[in-house]
Amino acid sequence: MSQLSTIPKPRRNVELLLLVLALSVGIGANMLVGVDQEKAFDSDFWFQSSLLAVAALVFHVVLRIRAKYADPVILPLVVALNGLGLAMIHRLDAPGEDTGNNQLRWTLIAMAVAIAVIWFLKDHRVLRRFTYISLAVSSLLLILPLVPGISAGEILGARVWVRVGPMTFQPGEIAKITLAIFFAGYLSSNRDLILLAGRKIGPLQFPRFKDMGPMITAWLVSIGVLIFQRDLGSSVLFFGLFIVMIYVATSRVSWVVIGVALILGGGFVAAQVFSHVEVRIYGWLNAFSPDVYETGSRQVIEGLFGMANGGLVGTGLGQGRPDLVPFANSDMIIASIGEELGLIGLFAVVLMYVLLFTRGFRAALGTRDAFGKLLACGLSFAIALQCFVVIGGVTRLIPLTGLTTPFLAAGGSSLLANWIIVGLLLLISHTARGPVDTTPLPPGGAAEPAGIDTPTEAVKQA
Amino acid sequence: MNQAIRSSWVAAIAMFALIFGAISFVQVVGADDLKDNPLNQRAILQNYCNDRGAIIVGGDPVAESVEGTSEVCQFQRTYAQPALYAGITGYFSKNYGATGLEVSMNDQLAGSSDQQFFDRIGQLFLGNQPKGASVELTIDPAVQKLAYDLIPDGQRGSIVVTNPKSGAILAMASKPSYDPNLVATQDPAAETTNINELVKVPGINLNQNVSGPTGGLLAPGSVFKLVDTAAALSSGKYNKDSVLPNPAQMPFPGIQYTLPNYAGGNCYTQDTASFAFALQQSCNTPFASIAIDLGRDAIAEQAAKFGFGEELGDRLKLAYARGSGFPDDLDGPGLAQSAIGQKDVRATPLQIALMTAAIANNGVQMSPSLIKTVRSPDLRVIDEPQPKALRTSTTPEIARQITEWMTSAVSQGIARGAAVPGVQVAGKTGTAELGNGLNNSWFTGFAPANNPEVSVTIVMEGVDITTGAKLTSPNAKKIFEAVLNK
Repeated sequence: MSQLSTIPKPRRNVELLLLVLALSVGIGANMLVGVDQEKAFDSDFWFQSSLLAVAALVFHVVLRIRAKYADPVILPLVVALNGLGLAMIHRLDAPGEDTGNNQLRWTLIAMAVAIAVIWFLKDHRVLRRFTYISLAVSSLLLILPLVPGISAGEILGARVWVRVGPMTFQPGEIAKITLAIFFAGYLSSNRDLILLAGRKIGPLQFPRFKDMGPMITAWLVSIGVLIFQRDLGSSVLFFGLFIVMIYVATSRVSWVVIGVALILGGGFVAAQVFSHVEVRIYGWLNAFSPDVYETGSRQVIEGLFGMANGGLVGTGLGQGRPDLVPFANSDMIIASIGEELGLIGLFAVVLMYVLLFTRGFRAALGTRDAFGKLLACGLSFAIALQCFVVIGGVTRLIPLTGLTTPFLAAGGSSLLANWIIVGLLLLISHTARGPVDTTPLPPGGAAEPAGIDTPTEAVKQA
Repeated sequence: MNQAIRSSWVAAIAMFALIFGAISFVQVVGADDLKDNPLNQRAILQNYCNDRGAIIVGGDPVAESVEGTSEVCQFQRTYAQPALYAGITGYFSKNYGATGLEVSMNDQLAGSSDQQFFDRIGQLFLGNQPKGASVELTIDPAVQKLAYDLIPDGQRGSIVVTNPKSGAILAMASKPSYDPNLVATQDPAAETTNINELVKVPGINLNQNVSGPTGGLLAPGSVFKLVDTAAALSSGKYNKDSVLPNPAQMPFPGIQYTLPNYAGGNCYTQDTASFAFALQQSCNTPFASIAIDLGRDAIAEQAAKFGFGEELGDRLKLAYARGSGFPDDLDGPGLAQSAIGQKDVRATPLQIALMTAAIANNGVQMSPSLIKTVRSPDLRVIDEPQPKALRTSTTPEIARQITEWMTSAVSQGIARGAAVPGVQVAGKTGTAELGNGLNNSWFTGFAPANNPEVSVTIVMEGVDITTGAKLTSPNAKKIFEAVLNK
């Protein structure tokens, strides 16, 4: 691999430059939103803009100190997306509403947590020690919304929220990360075993039944989420995450075939048995019939009307009527951006996601330990899949589900989880791009030392 | 492992390629279709805060924009007598768009119609607030109020009163109704709460094309026998002196089912019937045998001529359901049942009113109209629709013959309740069985029979026989009196 032969460069100055550009996107958008309401440069604007800028710069400085070889593109991309989301949410606030400032608060909290992750974790391989703890935490997080007392009940048809004091929180967002850690840890330890055993049927080598344990677990979690939490989007997201990680761990297409067959089978049965799945699919196929519009498809249809209204160049920030779309600042924020910034603006936003997950995959390629590869790949693919499910739902490519658009949509849990993912990706990219780290991990870990994975790779490819 | 990572990346890129395709489709390729979609109310809501024109009935506004105190907009849409006119005006909401005349007359009300082009230029130069045109309706407020009050609270029903010669709608009332002010409020939270409450009430006429006079699809029952009669007379096989078979039970070859006449009625007294008797007493079997004799196509053709399953013309500015035409693929019993307005035949109250109006107007069906005038803010008339024939339903001779029999149904038959002293009233009742012991009870008719000025169609849904009889013909009488004695 070529980057190993070159001298590692930190490229932090490039990051600083890009960061200034990214901040100008978010802050500029926020200013334009204000211009229309004749309060372009009020104290709120300066307060919000400077907070965001300071937080981004602090993050940058922390990277200089703790992870100086981290990918220089990731942080600016995320700051730009987050800033644009803030501006859009601020723009959509009706008089008296304060979702914008709430989102800013959550952004700062999430960035602080991501900074803490980078500062205290130092090396992502430490997480491998927590493989089974992660599994336990994931189970706990997924069960929480169903526990009476802390469950916030059924909100908008899904039971994915818990109530802590005055706040509601979606533990499933965090479970996305802990499940990725569990699978990365489990698969990096057991992949040889899973690889060597198995029966060949035609061109595909199928695994032994007992090695399908993680696959079955994944399937059960996904179907459980679908049945008990009624959350189709998370269910698809979790299962997609698992399949990719198993595929990357084993390089076997057979896992993908089994996985897709399982999810299709499970989904088909669920559609037959549970009305909410069937209702969603029916509503998707017949979205434009007036009855369905009244009872369910209004959100997505209004979103489509808004995007059509925006056309190629958009109405301009503050000039459209994205407020006509239900949940314009959360589930449907992509439609709001499409309406006001047009096809061009939305393409730019989607391209930022493409760059973001591509940098994540790049970190997966570059890092030398199997755990890091799996984790980076899983998390990056999760971002990509989540964007696909959300934007595909909004554009009626697939049925709309309740997932959030990473970094853009209003919602604290989602911001927090995605910033933690960014923290982890930055750490992994730091080891990927930095000089080879030969120091062993602090004692107590079951982590494999760096370098062990490389011979395995060589043997396999030979 | 790295190869698998690259493959995963390719998979992610493939998903995003689909996303780019979908966005391009929505925002560019398919954008025009989306903009033209009837559910798309963005064009209407663009001018949400403007001073819209009023909707006027009998000189008084029933919907108007008044200067409000809300910080959202300078003007607030308000509805006087909201429940009485909700089914006609519809609502105008910030987040739920508009229904009724608020949407169909939006161009005029918002001031963006072609006729108002020069007004707009003037407003531009003078810097005045844009102001919409006002729309005056053909509705007679007294008749509308009477019709609305004749439907008891808690009863689902519709009443349509028209002028058969011009097609003008004098009253169009239905219950349950609602208060459009609840949806027009500029407080978004209240608006959402209110509309969520309203959609739970069965039969509310929020969108004119799903319930009420223009949208409620109901089995017409015996009023459909007027179609059979017209079909029989125009076939040439029957004339006014024809004697029709009138068995108490009509058998069908090879099956158990028989179609009965109403037990205990006068129809039971004789095995044959004259046309006049059959219509007067509304016997079932004579009309079933006519349908079997003429065949499905002849009945279907006549039904279409009366407007069943057809367009109602573009001058009725409301969303409406066209109803069913006469069903296809009927076996013998199915044809017989359809001929007496049961089985799958469905019509809206407005459609039945139009059928009756065609009979009253010498066989010519006038295009129904709600709009009397459209006036610009300086009260200049910018549009005044003239009466227009929609289609020829039957010949003047046949129309006069049916009128004669309908008159005898009121003077000597089962529609006696509608009789007005000193006036010849033509009428026909109908009772469509819903299968649960309850019926849709109908009256449709007009007066005076020799020179019709008013036609009345009433339907009460889900009532028993006695309630239905009480709420239809006697109510029609009250409306005839109110209109004719003015």
